[in-house]
Amino acid sequence: MSTPDFLLKGSTVTVVVLELHQYDSEAFPSLLSERVARAPGLFQGSPVVISLESLRAESDAVNLAGMLDHCRDQGLRPIAFRAVPEGLQDKAAQTGLAVLPPGGGRGRSIEVPAEEPAPDLEVHTEQQPVTAGRPTRTITRPVRSGQQIYAEGGDLIVLAPVSEGAEVLADGNIHIYGPLRGRALAGVHGDASARIFCQHMDAELISVAGHFLLSDALGDTVLRKPAQVALDGDVLSVSAL
Amino acid sequence: MARIIVVTSGKGGVGKTTSSAAIGTGLAQRGHSTVIIDFDVGLRNLDLIMGCERRVVYDFVNVINGEATLNQALIKDKRTEGLFILPASQTRDKDALTEEGVSKVLEELKERFDYIVCDSPAGIEKGAQMALYFADEAIVVTNPEVSSVRDSDRILGILQSKSLRAREGQEPVKEHLLVTRYNPARVSAGEMLSVADVEEILAIPLLGVIPESQDVLKASNQGEPVILNADAQAGQAYSDAVDRLLGEDRAHRFLDEQKQGFLKRLLGGGRG
Repeated sequence: MSTPDFLLKGSTVTVVVLELHQYDSEAFPSLLSERVARAPGLFQGSPVVISLESLRAESDAVNLAGMLDHCRDQGLRPIAFRAVPEGLQDKAAQTGLAVLPPGGGRGRSIEVPAEEPAPDLEVHTEQQPVTAGRPTRTITRPVRSGQQIYAEGGDLIVLAPVSEGAEVLADGNIHIYGPLRGRALAGVHGDASARIFCQHMDAELISVAGHFLLSDALGDTVLRKPAQVALDGDVLSVSAL
Repeated sequence: MARIIVVTSGKGGVGKTTSSAAIGTGLAQRGHSTVIIDFDVGLRNLDLIMGCERRVVYDFVNVINGEATLNQALIKDKRTEGLFILPASQTRDKDALTEEGVSKVLEELKERFDYIVCDSPAGIEKGAQMALYFADEAIVVTNPEVSSVRDSDRILGILQSKSLRAREGQEPVKEHLLVTRYNPARVSAGEMLSVADVEEILAIPLLGVIPESQDVLKASNQGEPVILNADAQAGQAYSDAVDRLLGEDRAHRFLDEQKQGFLKRLLGGGRG
């Protein structure tokens, strides 16, 4: 029953992604410094993932170590390469940085004060999971009276009954495949788009983003039936599934 | 390897001690050496139900504190071979039960017995938590009414989160549902929950259903576990439950209202 010295946890952080289209060792430093100079506060000391996904140039010719030095000169902190092409694998490994698999393209361009965007260089921010981790929490045993289960930062799936007097909470959606007889609170940190889905709606209390209903508000169309709960404006609506 | 079985319920007065006495006796009758421990320090009852109250000299707390040896405190049952009782102290309170002390006594008992039945006090506080902490199996005694069912649900949650097996991430405590004081006539009349209702809410396997009966009260008052009364339905129901606990297949009996025969009704026969 001793407390461990550390925990290994999955987490998501926002980092700047430097997407390299082509690399010219002569032009790169000046292009980069020009770019950084436009929003120095944004880039100073910020972690950067260098994406080689859309690199056009003859990849063997790219001097990765030299490029990292240029980045560091501009105050950026490269932490990893992403989507390293075959020919650069060794060089990337030698730099000591992490090598990440290709991203899902969910990036969104950073709003940099208007000026002609440099064609050779694009900057994205992107949610990049640092270690493997799923925000969804899955519970397979019954949630008993007096127990409280909270899925922090994600969805909660319960494959068993939630008893009267038990409480399940999630920052995201809640799915319950056994009877729901206790309390279910989705979107507890204010996510108004969160929903509750259950196979057998017999809850004491249901809530989405702080808007709640008690059991006596459940009509015969949903009581003890499969139902979902969603926030419609300021009104919590319960509908049959 | 000895199995530690806790008989627990959350709610008081549902039949934990009666069930501990009956099941412990049933296990010993079937040739398994068994000890029943009374964890209800301060409200000692098991000795009365077992009819050995006049033979209590040393108790569980004395053994924990090293004031007596296990041999001095264990009371040998006079009716059933291989059955022993470790009584609770009447003059102390639940704080006398320490984790180290209980662990030490259980380790010693494990070497001598096949089954260790822990009769838990009511509630969810220290006494009840100590009784279930070391358990391998739990018999959750429930009356067919809503407050008892909810308290059983609560204690099941504690079993899953606060037992040693839960804390150390071992295979979870094996749970059994024992419904006591079941009255099929009152179920039909809608005055009691049915076994199916209780099973659905608690979602654990059913070990047995003990019918409500005068025989149970009589047995308690006489200090004789009801399982020894082979004529009583409650005794038979406990026997079936012990067989199921040992892994045998027994159909559930006494679940339906008995249709009393005309003559029987006329003569006022029939057992309660």
